[in-house]
Amino acid sequence: MAILVDEKTRVIVQGITGNEGSFHTKRMLEYGTKIVAGVTPGKGGTKIFDIPVYDTVDEAKREHPEADTSIIFVPAKFATDAVYEAIDSGLKLVVVITEHIPIHDSIKFITYARSKGTTIIGPNCPGIISPEKSKIGIMPGNVFLQGNVGIASRSGTLTYEISNVLSKNGIGQSTVIGIGGDPVIGISFTEVMKLYENDPQTKALVLIGEIGGDAEERAAKMVEERAFTKPVVAFVAGKTAPVGKRMGHAGAIITMGSGSYKDKVETLRSVGIKVAETPFEIPKLVKEVLK
Amino acid sequence: MKLFEFEAKEIIRGYGFGIPESILIKKGDDVEKKIRDSGIEPPLAVKSQVLVAGRGKAGGIKLVKTIEEAIETTRALFETPIKGIKPSYILIEKAIPHEKELYVGLVIDRNDKRPLVLASQYGGIDIEEIARTKPESIIRYPIDPFVGLRSYEARLIGKKIGVTGKALGSFERFLLTLYKAFIEYDAELAESNPLAYLNDRVLPLDLRITIDDNSLYRHKDFAKTEKERLGENTEYEIKGHELGLAFVELDGDVGILGNGAGLTMTTMDLVYGFGGKPANFLDMGGGADAEHVKQCVSFLLQYQKAKKIFINMFGGITRADEVAKGIIMALNETGIKKPVVIRLTGTNEEEGRKILEEAGIEVFNDPIEAAKVVVSR
Repeated sequence: MAILVDEKTRVIVQGITGNEGSFHTKRMLEYGTKIVAGVTPGKGGTKIFDIPVYDTVDEAKREHPEADTSIIFVPAKFATDAVYEAIDSGLKLVVVITEHIPIHDSIKFITYARSKGTTIIGPNCPGIISPEKSKIGIMPGNVFLQGNVGIASRSGTLTYEISNVLSKNGIGQSTVIGIGGDPVIGISFTEVMKLYENDPQTKALVLIGEIGGDAEERAAKMVEERAFTKPVVAFVAGKTAPVGKRMGHAGAIITMGSGSYKDKVETLRSVGIKVAETPFEIPKLVKEVLK
Repeated sequence: MKLFEFEAKEIIRGYGFGIPESILIKKGDDVEKKIRDSGIEPPLAVKSQVLVAGRGKAGGIKLVKTIEEAIETTRALFETPIKGIKPSYILIEKAIPHEKELYVGLVIDRNDKRPLVLASQYGGIDIEEIARTKPESIIRYPIDPFVGLRSYEARLIGKKIGVTGKALGSFERFLLTLYKAFIEYDAELAESNPLAYLNDRVLPLDLRITIDDNSLYRHKDFAKTEKERLGENTEYEIKGHELGLAFVELDGDVGILGNGAGLTMTTMDLVYGFGGKPANFLDMGGGADAEHVKQCVSFLLQYQKAKKIFINMFGGITRADEVAKGIIMALNETGIKKPVVIRLTGTNEEEGRKILEEAGIEVFNDPIEAAKVVVSR
């Protein structure tokens, strides 16, 4: 098992012929991801890495009805349209890598996706990987190892760093999902936790949060209410970030008196979640909770 | 991007909602001529146009009773820094006698993923303070992004904060107008505080709109003007933004460069943990090549506040050898010498390490050790 993606997942890459799209398509293929088609308007009928390219997602889906997932590498100005196209073609999971999508666009396509039963990961995210099964994202595949720890993260590189240190300590991962650094994103920590709760492979959860918003507080509430019953280890980035400044991610900002490091860590600890002081403490804490 | 009060009011006026009569004075204008020619009559509010919070308390708003006083006060306010920022514009507005002040604002609810109206019968103080002292007074009303704000909803919200009679229709028109601005200007915040509650109408005495930075390509007129917007960002931050860098100025002396926002923040936290103080946040982003790394490192070498530099790089998609090349290029091209501590790991780590060590630069594999070293230097 794993959550959301595994060896059976069949992927369409939107924006497959662009710089980012083609670079990461190659990496995903090398990892073993089953990519069945690509889409770039105007490039229909061509091939890249032996993958057929179509003008529209609709055509790609008709020719490859087994496709169930899309990953989007389309530039921000056009990404919103690409998301609607994926939803309307009936794809069940859409991974939006693109950064800098206007927030008013995101709130609409996320609401629309919900009404159609499509799950959105992102925007502004590194994607999702179920190690040794499927990688649908831009993460370096070599830092992951299959195992029984689920990871949900608001950050990209920090996730690689933490997965790497876990793997080096012999602690593998069931699925690692980067939910994205924007203020408004599709799948949330709590929705991911519901999936991990029901995944028999996952024995513990590592939550990688950061300042801004209240995603960590909501995760803590779920633990408190026993809606999530597996052990959790957390890390929160931005202990020393100033108030009112965006720290790289659009969503990493302390505002309206909320979203501070202190509040998050206190709330997490109050429900018994172990919070690491640095990312490098995480393997030790995971070993403790898995005992 | 925060808009100035006069810009936000211009938008609302453009939509047909009446706001107090006013004149805008630009730095360098003939203050006396402009005020006398306008024919505006006292009492007046003279308001410094700065983008800092707590402008009123910091002395940026003065009430005057005569034209002479208005002229004198305007001249004085141009020379008065408000939290360190001198204004480029002063707004002179007809002062409106009123007894009651309301709060009304629109934000995006991150969790519900929709616009949210916040309203309170207690205006004139920060919403943060209202939330702390009178949390029960705040009305939270979510808006369906596909349906938008309906007239009846605006009236409902008005009633809930005590607006009645003729003024209710005015409140309804104001909130619908504010919502229109919120949507059309891709705002992450649109608020009036205070919103004056008069007998027969409401009137926005202050108005703030913040445009979502990701939407600025749809609002090019504002995008061009970041330089004039001191107060929201510092001069060096604006310089960084012009180069396309995710740069935040901080108060310490350790320059920080990382790849990825989360890792860069964590790097700051590590430095702090060992008693150091970061001078900045700078994220080189994912997949940076040597040219981009050079730009980032040069930017920190030229940054006066950074007395030393800590580069923390985890190679995933970003290759360590490209980062190493970029660092060497920056050091050579700028010719600036500062202690530089580098932690390099991941993809092409060996090649990267070799490039740096050949140039006599020490490379660390362990970020904790590197953080300790940079603080001690």
